[in-house]
Amino acid sequence: MRIALVGQPNCGKSTIFNYVAGYKAITSNFPGKTVTYSLSKVNFQGITSEIVDLPGTYSLTSFDLAELETRRYLLREKIDVVINVIDASLLSRGLELTLQILELNLPTVICLNMIDEAEAKGIIIDVDRLSQLLKVPVVTAVAHKGRGINQLFETAFQMGQNPIRGKIFTFSKDVELVIEELRKHLEEKKYAQKFQVTERFLATKLLENDQHFIDEIKKIDTKFIKKVKDYQQQLEEYRARTSDVVISSERHHLAMDIYESVVTLAKPRVEIRNYLDNIFMHPVLGYISLAIVLYLFFHFVFYIGELVEEPLLAFFYQFLPYLEEKLNNNSLIFYIASGMVQGLAGGIAIVLPYLVPFLLGLAFLEDTGYLPRIAFLMDTFLHRIGLHGKAIIPLILGYGCTVPAVMATRILESERDRFISSILTTMIPCAARITIIFGLVAFYLGPEAALLVYVLNIIVVAFSGKILSRLLPEVTPGMIMEIPAYHIPSLKVLLAKVWLRMKEFIMVAWPLLIAGSIFLSLLKYWHLETFINKLISPITLLLGLPIAVGVTLIFGILRKELSMIMLVQALEVTDISTVMSATQIMTFTIFVLFYVPCVATIAVLIKEIGAKKTVFTILFTFFIAICLATATRLVY
Amino acid sequence: MVANLADVTPGSKVRVVEIRGGLGIRQRLSCLGIHPGDLMIVQASGIMRGPVLVSIHDNKVALGRGVASKILVEVIN
Ligand SMILES: Nc1nc2c(ncn2[C@@H]2O[C@H](COP(=O)(O)OP(=O)(O)OP(=O)(O)O)[C@@H](O)[C@H]2O)c(=O)[nH]1
Ligand SMILES: [Mg+2]
Repeated sequence: MRIALVGQPNCGKSTIFNYVAGYKAITSNFPGKTVTYSLSKVNFQGITSEIVDLPGTYSLTSFDLAELETRRYLLREKIDVVINVIDASLLSRGLELTLQILELNLPTVICLNMIDEAEAKGIIIDVDRLSQLLKVPVVTAVAHKGRGINQLFETAFQMGQNPIRGKIFTFSKDVELVIEELRKHLEEKKYAQKFQVTERFLATKLLENDQHFIDEIKKIDTKFIKKVKDYQQQLEEYRARTSDVVISSERHHLAMDIYESVVTLAKPRVEIRNYLDNIFMHPVLGYISLAIVLYLFFHFVFYIGELVEEPLLAFFYQFLPYLEEKLNNNSLIFYIASGMVQGLAGGIAIVLPYLVPFLLGLAFLEDTGYLPRIAFLMDTFLHRIGLHGKAIIPLILGYGCTVPAVMATRILESERDRFISSILTTMIPCAARITIIFGLVAFYLGPEAALLVYVLNIIVVAFSGKILSRLLPEVTPGMIMEIPAYHIPSLKVLLAKVWLRMKEFIMVAWPLLIAGSIFLSLLKYWHLETFINKLISPITLLLGLPIAVGVTLIFGILRKELSMIMLVQALEVTDISTVMSATQIMTFTIFVLFYVPCVATIAVLIKEIGAKKTVFTILFTFFIAICLATATRLVY
Repeated sequence: MVANLADVTPGSKVRVVEIRGGLGIRQRLSCLGIHPGDLMIVQASGIMRGPVLVSIHDNKVALGRGVASKILVEVIN
């Protein structure tokens, strides 16, 4: 049995999915996190079923790629039960999507999630009455606490075994008349079967001017599209409004009617969070608080990292003299063993101390709902580089990991915006590069130097955006974004999210770090690394770096942390400041920060923006890296 | 008094009169619950021609300046 979770963005679908499937899908408090579907086999009360978590969609007429994915899944795949998740605190708006889902005529269960939020707003819902009106079961839930989820799936399984269809609501008479006539024509042509939807659904979507269906039919039957246009015009004459507005207002009114007959309003609870935006979104205080938040975040990561890094490093490095003593330090086995120790030390002592507090801080910001506020504050600046506020979300996620950040550009409407923000996200220091900034720059040159790197990075990203939008002049569609209510993050969810993101690091990066370190040891054993260093020497010479650094730059393309961890090994010291000057450390960091995205990023770029644009991205970032690093050498 | 949303001072209560602009904007706004005839409160307006924050049906929506200037509203008080 396949069960799909469908609903508007940020209503808690992924939270429900995670509750039954284990923490697999990233959840956060802003609309549009899930951009691709995830599937999980779940065994629940002796029944095995497949649960699908879909990207949130405001309606079944889709605009961005994430929404399109949901619609495609709903229309093309075989689904036994739809769980329509509604944010109960936004019931009337959620019902507009529900009405469209019911038109699909699939077995449906409704989950009224975030009942706690609705109560805080003073919205009290008569669940039985709602269920009677829609003629489908309705279950209430508070997903992040797990309340109501068992009952939800029990109901869904029953629905799968004895499917019933909900009520299909009808619009006003004059509108219905037009729909009915168009429906009859569709019946003759059998187009609805082609798209696997009901005729009524297709007829309403065509009247709504749904681009996807119109384009598909246009390909095979331009005459029919003319007929559709005639009917659209008929509606427009009846109502003196464009046909899409006619249909959406009809749906809006139906939803309002249902809402009014099931809801009683009580006094909303007085809460501090209702007033937070007076500060956080204030035209002046907003920016001041943003600066404070980022400053605190930065120091939180730095102090925790520093506290842990030194003792951990000392712990690992005490093994090196021991190895030297026990093994002949020209033997192959010594090289392998010391490579392993250095790889382990790098992964555990240099990367983890900064990675963990960083991911925790990011998860905290995501779950409180602060990110959309940042988007609001940054909109005007992003306009200056040809993007709009929503583009800040992939950019911020880029501080975590570039791969999901590039995928998050799917929430942008225009292809050009997606391209520009994809390039810019690759230049944002991801967690791997953050460990370089902290482990190298902050550790040896002090936190102010690290802060300088961040500020410089933001300036460069802004300039690059400006250049790119000059190259691709096109007006961005402008921001339309929901600002969700603040939530208090649950510690359990925060930790689960940090763990999910760390797992990737531990499974992929650690083995690579250790294998890479051993590999470098072997290169040294056979004296092959001098050959590689010679190849890279034009770059190292230009940047005034020690020749031995060359080989680390190659490894950095695999995983950005590798270049730093191998630095220790390539230079054959434990304290880098003894062989590299402050200028050299800074130059190295700036170069590694920008040059060529890592392999995983290149792969996702090819998937999202195509091979040609990926090559452009690689050349563009490499060019910037060379220029900036040379400049750093000269001025820092 | 009819004005475009981008010019309304924060704190005003307004009624949507008309949504200009293409199909895309119209449909997007309608999905977020903004339709002609609806009441909303202008909560904040960003500096330097920044976006406008409105609250509608108990929910907050941020609209870029360009989008806001396509929404005609009647200021109620
Ligand atoms: N107060 C409250 N918060 C909830 C509830 N369910 C989920 N949340 C929180 O709401 C936020 C959004 O949840 P998600 O599961 O990520 O939402 P989604 O529907 O998957 O969102 P998209 O993938 O963007 O469409 C998260 O921060 C959750 O922790 C609930 O019942 N009550
Ligand atoms: Mg989700």
